[in-house]
Amino acid sequence: MQGTVDDEGAAMMAALSDRPSKRLGEKIVVAVLFLAAAVSIFTTFAIVTVLVTETVPFFQHVSFREFFFTTDWQPLFRPVSFGIWELIAGTLNIVLWSMVFALPVALAAAVYLSEYAHHRTRSILKPLLEALASIPTVVYAYFALTFVTPNVLKPLLGDGISIFNALGASIVMAIMLIPTIASISEDAMSAVPRELREGAYGLGATRLEVASRVVLPAALSGVIASVLLAIARVVGETMIVAVAAGSTPNLTLDPTASVQTMTGFMLQVGLGDAARGGVEYQSLFAVGLMLFLITLFFNIAANWFVRRFREVYV
Amino acid sequence: MANATMGAEIRLEATGQVARRQRASRWSRWILFGFAMIGVVALFLLTVITIMEGGSRLSWDLIQNYPSRFAERAGLRSSLIGSAWVMSITMGLVVPIAIGTAIWIEEFAPRNRLIDLIKLNLANLAGVPSIIYGVLGLAVFVRFMSLGPSIIAGALTLFLMILPMTVIASQEAIRQVPASVRQGSLALGATKLQTVWHHVLPGALPGMITGVILAVARAAGETAALIMIGAFTFISFDNSSIFDQFTTMPIQIYNWTTRPQQDFRANAAAGIIVLMAIVLTFNLAAAVLRERFRRN
Repeated sequence: MQGTVDDEGAAMMAALSDRPSKRLGEKIVVAVLFLAAAVSIFTTFAIVTVLVTETVPFFQHVSFREFFFTTDWQPLFRPVSFGIWELIAGTLNIVLWSMVFALPVALAAAVYLSEYAHHRTRSILKPLLEALASIPTVVYAYFALTFVTPNVLKPLLGDGISIFNALGASIVMAIMLIPTIASISEDAMSAVPRELREGAYGLGATRLEVASRVVLPAALSGVIASVLLAIARVVGETMIVAVAAGSTPNLTLDPTASVQTMTGFMLQVGLGDAARGGVEYQSLFAVGLMLFLITLFFNIAANWFVRRFREVYV
Repeated sequence: MANATMGAEIRLEATGQVARRQRASRWSRWILFGFAMIGVVALFLLTVITIMEGGSRLSWDLIQNYPSRFAERAGLRSSLIGSAWVMSITMGLVVPIAIGTAIWIEEFAPRNRLIDLIKLNLANLAGVPSIIYGVLGLAVFVRFMSLGPSIIAGALTLFLMILPMTVIASQEAIRQVPASVRQGSLALGATKLQTVWHHVLPGALPGMITGVILAVARAAGETAALIMIGAFTFISFDNSSIFDQFTTMPIQIYNWTTRPQQDFRANAAAGIIVLMAIVLTFNLAAAVLRERFRRN
């Protein structure tokens, strides 16, 4: 009923609003609005242009071979050397360990909120978890350096662990990611039709079985999307790793090691006053381009999965 | 699944199978609840530790003093003023442009390939790491446009950073306005623009403001992008022009955090209390606004 009225309305509205506007004023306003929208197109264009135009001269000084196939990153001290893999390994180290901690915690939270919690518990728990998303990353960085490493990791692992280490940064990163993963996963789980759950209950399944064998598989594309988005955030996150993980490029996945990520290196250059045009300044853009492409890949993949679960159930 | 069906028919309690499954399910509630509480405990710990470390340093002097080599004399004055300048300009830029973009996309844009591309572009821009926006700001505003590491360069950088999320929130707000409102207005002879100005915009405004507040809160806590454009500086004067060099609160907190002396760590904690008070006020305002909007 409502549907047909709206359909007719939509057709009518389309007819009415497609009338060419006679007033010049309206045309000008629409043109101004279009200019506003053009700003975001310009932004993408500017990001790509800036990164590429500074990366090209970088590769005139440093060969592709050195950048992609050697493993020593030492741009600030002589003899300089630009093998990106130490920085990628640093980023990978943080991604790996933050996911190890974030995934079980955030997915369990999502399953609990979607399948178990009474709505009153949910209305308290959910905003508290989402508050974690509003905390500035420099605060997490402080927490990692001054609390997690000295008061949690040192007592557990002994003094062998350096004050700057991947583990402290990863644990705090995982806390930061809880709302990212939990809220998207929970959306996907809540979108699973009730009939599926009731069918399973009708066959005698328990709540745990419904959650783990019906809802979770049905919401899988949403869960994957949330994880991909979380990975993109870890790869791009700067302050936590720059403060807590150290500034030693290190080709290792050992969580107790001190590592430097791509973002950590970029911030290090930003803190100093790299001379314009120097290879060091240009390396900032080469690393930035790598970072941009990696996060773009994860974001596009995540959006693809999000669209998939929306198409199926919503 | 075969087990489950059989269980119902031949009453497997005898062998304990059903009882076991039900016990597992009962336990799972508490185990999952425990996992869900980890985030809450972390939030609690973070709050308590910051207050314990920084509470004693919280004073009028901390707000009023310029930064200093001596922890007990160092304060947030220049970074508070810098943050206020940058935030006001960022907000002044993002409000008209984000809302204009959203209105154009939702109400005026032709429904074709181009608009799909623009939407995809916005979604991807929203996921670009903040440090990349910093690199963009450094190359375009600081160097190319010769603005230097100034307030205006910082504000433009943060503006570009929060624009995508603000546009997406504004689009959602516009979509919440029922089609019947537009139809009624158009049927009475209003032009498209009159309809948007008098009916769509007022209806979408609370949702738009919520989105702007959340985005500005994000910008207020941003550190990396502003360090990239050169805002990691020692400022001991009150900013008075958009071309001044500046620093912001998160950068001051970063500075204090990375110093080895314990006294500066206490300053960092006190700075965090001030920053969090501001950010949480923003978030609370957005939440209250959203609730009130939903009720009406």
